[in-house]
Amino acid sequence: MSERVSIQYDMAVVRGFAISALVWGAVGMLVGLLAALQLAFPDLNLPPYLQFGRIRPIHTNAVIFGFTLGVVFAGSYYGVQRLCRVRMFSDSLSRINLWGWNAIIVAAAVTLLLGKSTSKEYAELEWPIDIAIAVVWVVYAINFFGTVARRREKGMYVAIWFWIATILTIAMLHIFNSMALPVSWWKSYSAYAGIHDANIQWWYGHNAVGFLLTTPILGLMYYFLPKQIDRPIFSHRLSIVHFWSLIFIYMWAGPHHLIYSPLPDWAQTFGTAFSVMLILPSWGGMVNGLLTMRGAWDRVRTDPLLKMFAVGITFYGMSTFEGPMMAVKSVNSLSHFTNWTIGHVHSGALGWVALTCFASLYYMIPRLWHTQLYSVRLAEAHFWVATIGLVLYVTSMWISGVTQGLMWRAVNPDGSLTYTFIETVAAIRVYDIIRVCGGALYLSGVVLMFINVWKTIQQGSSAVPEAGPALTPAPVGGGK
Amino acid sequence: MGYDWHRPLESQTLRFTLLTFLAIVVGGLVLLIPPYFMQGTVETIEGVRPYTALELEGRDLYIREGCNNCHSQMIRPFKAETDRYGPFTMAGENVYERPFLYGSRRTGPDLSRVGGNYPDSWHWIHFRRPQDIEPRSNMPSFAHLYRWPLDLSLTQRKLEVLRTLGHPYADEEVRDAVAEAQAQAAVVVARLRDEQGIQVSETEAGSEIVALIAYMQRLGTDVDLPPIESARAGAAPGRP
Repeated sequence: MSERVSIQYDMAVVRGFAISALVWGAVGMLVGLLAALQLAFPDLNLPPYLQFGRIRPIHTNAVIFGFTLGVVFAGSYYGVQRLCRVRMFSDSLSRINLWGWNAIIVAAAVTLLLGKSTSKEYAELEWPIDIAIAVVWVVYAINFFGTVARRREKGMYVAIWFWIATILTIAMLHIFNSMALPVSWWKSYSAYAGIHDANIQWWYGHNAVGFLLTTPILGLMYYFLPKQIDRPIFSHRLSIVHFWSLIFIYMWAGPHHLIYSPLPDWAQTFGTAFSVMLILPSWGGMVNGLLTMRGAWDRVRTDPLLKMFAVGITFYGMSTFEGPMMAVKSVNSLSHFTNWTIGHVHSGALGWVALTCFASLYYMIPRLWHTQLYSVRLAEAHFWVATIGLVLYVTSMWISGVTQGLMWRAVNPDGSLTYTFIETVAAIRVYDIIRVCGGALYLSGVVLMFINVWKTIQQGSSAVPEAGPALTPAPVGGGK
Repeated sequence: MGYDWHRPLESQTLRFTLLTFLAIVVGGLVLLIPPYFMQGTVETIEGVRPYTALELEGRDLYIREGCNNCHSQMIRPFKAETDRYGPFTMAGENVYERPFLYGSRRTGPDLSRVGGNYPDSWHWIHFRRPQDIEPRSNMPSFAHLYRWPLDLSLTQRKLEVLRTLGHPYADEEVRDAVAEAQAQAAVVVARLRDEQGIQVSETEAGSEIVALIAYMQRLGTDVDLPPIESARAGAAPGRP
């Protein structure tokens, strides 16, 4: 532990991903706000290109692959070098990763706007881009594993486990779900038909949530939360138990997206059962995160980063309780196809994923430019508008979803349906408008972050050599 | 009960990675492979046939415009759903669905059995401006589909690719794909003009909207199912 080494970390790739993630986050959320507006005010659809059907996938792709994955790349490049006390395996691969990935996101935005879509959710991109994604992902994998293999630290810290699981799983999901036979450069037909296509798509879709929006974010939590709070993770044993159980159980839960579909009943039952089981490993992560903060809760009052972690982890706990509940058949019969699903996704995405990503960026950016954060008060304001916005968003979608579900199934005493479909559309309009307000607040928080980051970068400099004797890597293990 | 057994694993990258791979691969193997081979996953339904060339182009337009982001094509086996939309979806009906279009959110109603529920003229008016038929609708206008010419340059290739994937197109169907698409389009246009009194310009007659209407009218019509008995009054099936 006491060997004296001088390591020049490669922080250029981290700076690149931090900035690109912020830009894609702002773009993706702006497009999301437009989509929300279009649902409430259909005249805001501007055909042919700017209409809901085309921009909704741009929203999801930009926030998942541009923003979230950008922060994951930044955070894992930042963390893995320090946890391994070695520079990245290859600077060239890092650059290919950075520029290749951002080129993919640009290509995604353009092709989706032009309607080049496979229609499979979160896998809408056509086959040439799919191949590019696979190549860049392999570049990332080689770079990451190469770094881990050359580490100066004996053990791999828990954050690295979660990033390893992410790399393996996403590669597998992406390759198998994207199998298609091309007709032309921008048109292909899925290798699977009907119920088999649905089955593999939701194996992909659910586990994209698991391994793009959960495991790598847990990696960020496990690295940046102990760093920010300056104390070890609550329990190493809990890390072990919840890591292995989470990655094993997650992979079985996909069929909960196909409950009451023609998918064989036994598969649907697996989906429900494993979804319910998922509560425990998910809450293992939540408990480990929250209890890491034990004894330091007073600092939450003054530190906006810790506020973001605390609320983010709490939303992780809430949405991982809600998800299993919605996977129970009787609840799913009400919630499926309604806005409840949208509320659930955003409680995880705006609450857990984005707040954790913001906190990680706020941690990294001053250090990447060798300065202090320009304004803690601005970050504090960001936290509050984001939290209020997300609560408005999530609660309005819950009410909207339950309203829809109940109206769809309502029958008169003589057995006929009580409501026409359009009556259910009209009934939820007010919630669509509240959702717009929530989303706008959330986006305004990102604008505050932009200003803060801009000023921080201006007062700092990237030129200072990234020297790091790294004498105190994040503590491995702690209390038992 | 400690965790010392796990310590060595944390320093063995290769072994750790292999075990991680084992942990993530099991669920997929169990859930994805058996349905392919188990009898009864997909029961063959008589009358289910692949889309015609024109309907296929219409379906690809449905995907291009992202209609699946707001409309499901999967009816669940509940009375409220079958009353509103028709008999629940069966796996055997979906064997030529590449990709599947079940959807995940019903911002608009389910469309899997919309075929034949409305005349072509209804779709003609509705796609151009849905609020002309239902003022409370939040569906966008698709007026550009009436201007953009229907591109049939890939149609034959599409049928070839689908035949490679197992869709039983006859040789003539593939060979004459473009001519057959044009012939079916002419039928739709003639019905609009002659039977339903719609003014269809020559540009519109060759535009994408014709293919999309052909696709709409095909949806759910392969299976001859009993009519819905319990639908009544204002909430008849498919009436938005």
